Amino acid sequence: MAWLAKSLNSSLGKKLLMAITGLFLISFLLVHCSLNALIFLNDGGAAFNEGAEFMGTNPIIRTMEIVLFAGLLLHIFDGLRLWFENKSKRPVAYAKVDGAANSKWYSRSMGLLGTLLLLFLILHLKHFWYFSRLTEGLEDHTLFAEMQAVFMNPVVVIVYVLGCISLGYHLLHGFSSAFQSIGWNHPKYTPGIKLVGAIFSIVIPAVFAAMPVAFYFHLIH
Amino acid sequence: MEGNLNLTLKIWRQKNASVAGKFETYQVSGISTDMSFLEMIDVLNNRLIEEGDDPVAFDHDCREGICGMCSMYINGRPHGPNRGVTTCQLHMRSFKDGETITVEPWRASAFPVIKDLVVNRSSFDRIIAAGGFISVNTGNAKDANNIPINKDDADEAFAAAACIGCGACVAACKNASAMLFTSAKVSQLALLPQGQIEAATRAQAMVAQMDEEGFGACSNTGACEAECPKGISIENIARMNREYFSATFTSK
Repeated sequence: MAWLAKSLNSSLGKKLLMAITGLFLISFLLVHCSLNALIFLNDGGAAFNEGAEFMGTNPIIRTMEIVLFAGLLLHIFDGLRLWFENKSKRPVAYAKVDGAANSKWYSRSMGLLGTLLLLFLILHLKHFWYFSRLTEGLEDHTLFAEMQAVFMNPVVVIVYVLGCISLGYHLLHGFSSAFQSIGWNHPKYTPGIKLVGAIFSIVIPAVFAAMPVAFYFHLIH
Repeated sequence: MEGNLNLTLKIWRQKNASVAGKFETYQVSGISTDMSFLEMIDVLNNRLIEEGDDPVAFDHDCREGICGMCSMYINGRPHGPNRGVTTCQLHMRSFKDGETITVEPWRASAFPVIKDLVVNRSSFDRIIAAGGFISVNTGNAKDANNIPINKDDADEAFAAAACIGCGACVAACKNASAMLFTSAKVSQLALLPQGQIEAATRAQAMVAQMDEEGFGACSNTGACEAECPKGISIENIARMNREYFSATFTSK
């Protein structure tokens, strides 16, 4: 297995790891977003709570939760490693850089956007994952009720919306970039990948951001 | 010759690799808009020599946009504000009278400064030496069309082979990555039947050398492709990734 470790530790290998874990996290976002969107049914959270109950008790889902955390930690570790290593490759900085002339700002800021997402994620896990895994159990206090309570705080709502904006820009580069790192650049498929990536990066964060906003303005009961 | 530009130049001066450099400011006047950027530096250097000062050291050779020597990072971009050109093909009509122009060397730990704007790009040579070759029998030259090659493949290989090794991709990249250069050199051989003999080891050897030289990883920003004077596509980087990983997972 030394050959695999050597390959994954090369500059190309680190990017492959970033791409695979990134695409895995993208697949998680789709599941997370679709399930949470059940709150928009406005049925008092009945369908959502049922979904949350299933996700919290199904053994396959619970196993995947461990894989998810492993994938997330790998993505963070690899990302930070790349960020610091890449920084060291230019010890004397340019006095003047016209980055906008040749690339998008968010493609150059994945480390920063990722760090913002990590800070948001710590808060987010504390709000809901910690609650649902470790303190839930009271029949009258559901995950839906917890969402209602948490999103009464305007500061929390603003932080969540900013977190979703960071996620949108992170995805706007990350989605199509992952395919390039895997080596999937083809005149037939790349335009489609870029289009799907752009739609995904706008729709998913927008639906997520709508949740705290809708709760705050009492649009969901 | 028309137009007279008066310019302020902020140029990086550095005696050698072991001492720290700093910017020096120079005024040049009466610069024709028809001059190339290098000719403008020539005017400055003539004056510096006449005044008994050390002229600005910079790399240049063909001055017709094909050798890739003229490495200058001008106003925050490799080879200045225009796309698809080297510094020698950048003309002073691209600048305005009274403008301040900042000129820096390529900045990367794999491209140490030799003097002023001259950097050592021999790391590129070592990447080529690691795997950028094919094995052929010596003897009489073979007929040019001995091995049939699909026209599209030949064109694509040619487009990759247009790389002049100038290093603008490294200079433009926020990670000082040499992926575009290395992938062009991998691709020009990987696309042709003559390149298949070393196909399994080439990408691995060249990537290993690239990493050893201290170039960064790829963030897929596309800055290299945008700044490349020869328009090398980042499709080549994806091809190098495929070559590298297929070699990783299938070679014995």
